Amino acid sequence: MIRRLGVSGAIALAALAVLLLAIAWPGLVAPGDPLAISPAEGFRPPSAAHPFGTDESGRDILTRIVHGASASAGIGLAATALGIGLGLVLGFAAGLGPAWLDAALGRIIEVLFALPTLVMALLLVAVLGAGAGSSILAIGLATAPGYARILRSRVRGVARSDYVGYARLEGDGPLTLFRRHIAPNTLWPLVSTATLGIGQAIVWVSALSFLGLGSPPPSPEWGAMLNAGRVYISTGWWMTVFPGLAIVVTAVVLTVLGRRLAGAGR
Amino acid sequence: MRGRSARAIPPWRTALRWVLARVGGALLVVWLVATIVFFALRSSGDPLEAILGGPGSQAGPEAVEAARREYGLDQPLVVQYLLQLWRVATLQLGDSYARRQPVADLIAEQLPGTLLLAALALAAAWALAVTGAIVSTSARGRIGAIVNATLRGIEIVATVMPGFWLGAVLILVFATSLGWFPATSQGSHPAGLVLPVLTLAVPIAGFLAQVSRDALLEADAAPFAVTARARGAGEPRVLLRHTLRHASLPALALSGWAFGNLLSGAVVVEVLFARPGLGRLLQDGALSRDVPLVIGAVTVVAVLYVAVVVLTDVVELFVDPRLRGPRPAALRAPDVAVGS
Repeated sequence: MIRRLGVSGAIALAALAVLLLAIAWPGLVAPGDPLAISPAEGFRPPSAAHPFGTDESGRDILTRIVHGASASAGIGLAATALGIGLGLVLGFAAGLGPAWLDAALGRIIEVLFALPTLVMALLLVAVLGAGAGSSILAIGLATAPGYARILRSRVRGVARSDYVGYARLEGDGPLTLFRRHIAPNTLWPLVSTATLGIGQAIVWVSALSFLGLGSPPPSPEWGAMLNAGRVYISTGWWMTVFPGLAIVVTAVVLTVLGRRLAGAGR
Repeated sequence: MRGRSARAIPPWRTALRWVLARVGGALLVVWLVATIVFFALRSSGDPLEAILGGPGSQAGPEAVEAARREYGLDQPLVVQYLLQLWRVATLQLGDSYARRQPVADLIAEQLPGTLLLAALALAAAWALAVTGAIVSTSARGRIGAIVNATLRGIEIVATVMPGFWLGAVLILVFATSLGWFPATSQGSHPAGLVLPVLTLAVPIAGFLAQVSRDALLEADAAPFAVTARARGAGEPRVLLRHTLRHASLPALALSGWAFGNLLSGAVVVEVLFARPGLGRLLQDGALSRDVPLVIGAVTVVAVLYVAVVVLTDVVELFVDPRLRGPRPAALRAPDVAVGS
């Protein structure tokens, strides 16, 4: 198992375990209260008592990052689920539908894919209003064309393959073909796509929060912490660097694992 | 779309088809933007409220009446939809409610700064990617393997690096600690542009480098490169005259996508570096729920994207002579798969 993962894969898996622990049981990793303010302790640089320093209200950054993991990962997960769900509908409709539908949907998917993700998300947030729910909806909708694009080409590839042709010759109906051949062969590779996608979604959601359009301030969501720290960037570097590092590490870990999974599937 | 454009484009009939396809593509973009806007406005419940700045807007009765007339909200849904389509197609962007100014003026004022930023970033990304590809293909042996592995690692990290964090770290190192460059950026002042351009360029460079390295390796082993070496051409000559041109094709085809990505990044970078531009305008519009402003900006971004795709198609014609005349299929440029 370790040998197949490689060194980078093993490190990524270990980091993922820490992340999952922080999501499942934040109190075990960091026993403090992420929202408890103590103004006298404000703007402390990293020290033994506060390894990642404290923010403007004296809240411990490390505690906040650990407790914010579930919010950041949860929003990223929900957005990815929405994006993949929509992508599945569009991708399967295009890949399995009649030629005219495929041509029409294919074009639409390409154009939507080309619209910058964040620009599309900002349009949706402007209409829906800021907040965690809008972030999920906006990033989910904005990333859906990318998934639809991948699924469409994958479904088309499988549907036109020889073994599906033979199964059809043997008299398998469309439902049997879908259940026995097309679905398993297109859905399994989705695991790696989704792994990569969650990392990307966490980055996009954090970007929205960074712009002040995500979770509101006291929340320890990583992007929101970045947005709060942005004002103090020249005086309190730790308020920006550590929450950002949590996002980057999570994204890199999920990218490395996603690529390993894609490689293993081949 | 990209794959299709990389086909043979010879005499006037194919040229006409190409033009028609591009115009069709542009119309499709316009239709999609109008449709998304239409449904987004209706999904919010009260479109009038959304246009005027969300719940609790302070719009006076005459502003409400003007918006109702402008968007045809007293007309049947079909008419409203067609009206929306017409407004987007004719680039009638309306007035910003929050700023009480024509949206077109606001955008025209902010656009040059963002275009400058995006163009410089794309050029920098290209330079970084090509350098990386050349270094990793020309390094051979054991050192080459180490260099390659390192570059691949850097590329992965660079690709997922979010602009808000990379930019913050660059500010901390080069502005706060070293004081080499300012932490804020404005207009075309060169020193102020360095950090924003780097922030935007690095993630794209990581992606382009992966693609162009693969293409360069492939071209390096191709018969024409082997023949050139057999004729006694030195490595620089093989690189400049033969393989580099091939290696640039897939990355060139991806430049339209990269440009879209740059505009996403510009929103974050302009906010981070307090730089005026289209991205800041968009963030501001989303924050104040200035829907006409955001719709206008998105429309302009979509039109820009179409323009960039046309431009990359033309550049591809210059770089790849095979695209200019009908040739056997085996000689055509490979179709490029675009990652998301």
